[in-house]
Amino acid sequence: MMSMNDTTPLNYGTAILSAFEHLLGKYPEVFVIGQGLWSPWYVGNSMTALDVKFGTRRVIDTPVSESACTGAAVGAALAGMKPIVVHPRMDFMLYAMDAIVNQAAKWSHMVGGQAHPGLTVRGIINRGGEQGAQHSQALHAWFAHVPGLRVVMPATVADARDLLVASVLSPDPVVYIDDRWLYDLTDDLPPIFELDLAAQGPRVLTPGDDVTLVSAGFSTRLALQAREALASEGISAEVVDLRVLNPLKPQAVVDSVRKTGRLVAVDGGWRTCGMAAEVLACAVEGLPPGAWKAAPVRVTLPDAPAPSARALERAYYPQLHDLVAAVRGQMG
Amino acid sequence: MTANTLGTLAQPDAHAAPIDITGEAPAQLLAQLRKLLLIRLVEQKLADRRKAGAIGGPVHLGVGQEAVAAGVSLHLRSSDRVFGAHRSHAHLLALGSDVRRLFAEVLGRDTGLSRGMGGSMHLWDQPRGFYGSVPIVAGTVPLAVGAALAAQLQGVSDVAVAYLGDGAVEEGVVHESLNLASRMKLPVVFVVENNLFASHMHISLRQPDDGTVRFAHANCMASALVDGNDVVAVARAAGRLVADARAGGGPGFLEAVTYRWLGHVDWRDDIDVGVQRSADEVAQWRLRDPVARLEAALRSGGHWSDAQGAALRDDLQAHVDAAWEQAMADPVPPPSALMSRVYAGQGQ
Repeated sequence: MMSMNDTTPLNYGTAILSAFEHLLGKYPEVFVIGQGLWSPWYVGNSMTALDVKFGTRRVIDTPVSESACTGAAVGAALAGMKPIVVHPRMDFMLYAMDAIVNQAAKWSHMVGGQAHPGLTVRGIINRGGEQGAQHSQALHAWFAHVPGLRVVMPATVADARDLLVASVLSPDPVVYIDDRWLYDLTDDLPPIFELDLAAQGPRVLTPGDDVTLVSAGFSTRLALQAREALASEGISAEVVDLRVLNPLKPQAVVDSVRKTGRLVAVDGGWRTCGMAAEVLACAVEGLPPGAWKAAPVRVTLPDAPAPSARALERAYYPQLHDLVAAVRGQMG
Repeated sequence: MTANTLGTLAQPDAHAAPIDITGEAPAQLLAQLRKLLLIRLVEQKLADRRKAGAIGGPVHLGVGQEAVAAGVSLHLRSSDRVFGAHRSHAHLLALGSDVRRLFAEVLGRDTGLSRGMGGSMHLWDQPRGFYGSVPIVAGTVPLAVGAALAAQLQGVSDVAVAYLGDGAVEEGVVHESLNLASRMKLPVVFVVENNLFASHMHISLRQPDDGTVRFAHANCMASALVDGNDVVAVARAAGRLVADARAGGGPGFLEAVTYRWLGHVDWRDDIDVGVQRSADEVAQWRLRDPVARLEAALRSGGHWSDAQGAALRDDLQAHVDAAWEQAMADPVPPPSALMSRVYAGQGQ
């Protein structure tokens, strides 16, 4: 038995697994539904043997029917359950857009706040490896555009676990987006503390004075790496991790840029109408012209589908040197 | 029965005789008649008021289709989980929802069933078992499957009902839902109100066959095909399917053939006329009236008279008129409702 001071070594994937175990163990109304849940390889190490431990009745592998399964989770949530739908690749989640955007997101509002479909839709970003345009998308900005959805994007091992627990316990529909490029992150975590998702928002991960880097999910890992590289050049970067993309609470970003006067938003999504654009807009709206030492910039994917060829992949995804170069441009 | 075609059920000049009420309890039939007439008068009121400009949004009326919801609802209880679509006034009223609160909702009033946030196309009365209706065609079909999955996981004998139309079966998610429900043996009954038209398009222009019950056969699901304008036939078939689902026997599929007297939306009866729908056809279907056929059967059985029919209509009309006047006087939602109902726990 652990004492409260004990910590457990976890990686991003096993942190997610521990959240599932906590939820399924403690809450009988929690169940999980999605494709690949009875397979050992679909979702990395993040759901290993849940079907064995909690039974195939509550850990449901499904027909190839993203739309019906997600819609079913919405209906089950309305009937008092706390479902978690798993889409091992976000690209396939597009089949479920009606259930997520037309039904779940709008239900509370259109029935006068009398019912809330409190489901969690877990979408996994699983890109790279020459998988190409339909196996690589990061569509968090789409979901963040929709009122009624809470959109969560954990960048740390702790958030991978604790924000999943908070998402499932939230009475609202939540899109929880994790990233396979983070599964090797490790940390020692204290026991689970159940957070109120509505109270969560962006957080300053590392303080700095010269420039603000704003990011979410894997991009936060990139930002933290850039911060280290920049420190050796005498540039002090503050990293703000968004964590919850919708409803967005931009105050932490505004406060940081007020201090640094410089902003680089880095995002693994597309440029046009993307999350980085939203970050820049919030900061520009929130600060007077005199607060800026340089015009804010975005580091994003180019506005093109993901390529398959490895050589093109290297050019497509923002790299550490792209981010470092963008910051240097700010300092000029 | 494995027929895939509707046969005479789709013929406007067939099945106009009084319905067969053999073995049915007169008191229950009279209660059903009252329900059918109430739905009819409520929808005619809505047609009339929409035409007069008192209602700001669209109303999809099911005048002529009342027997489907009345027959199905006979077997439902308030802990069941019923989902509707764009044409769902009857589905709700058949469960006993308050007429004034329905009117208030259509009028966008704070007292409405959805607190004035939904209008005619987004209705909610979960305390009576009506989980919700939405106008995205087939949007609630998987939701009903999920509510049935919840019942199975919760270990209760409640059933879910998904009302959908013959147009909705052309949506892919319906087929995913039928497969999922059958494979998981979920307690859900799919009720297809086949009124032969999706908006202006006759089913012959949309599907290779006019009977949608073929999709139940394809998914190894218990099914029934009935005259949807015969409230007793609907109730008998629905009773079997609901009882099976409740007992853990898996999903059911009821295809009820019916016809809407009015156009796809609002009060006009000629708006869809011209493609396949003719004025003559509408007139013939009006003779296959579910209300008149029940009344005729009751009269010939000695349970009903014209005078009683007139008195019942007067009574219900007074109720409907009073409910309308009350709803018209009800307050609209406060401005804060715009933002306070997006997420849970934001106050009112």
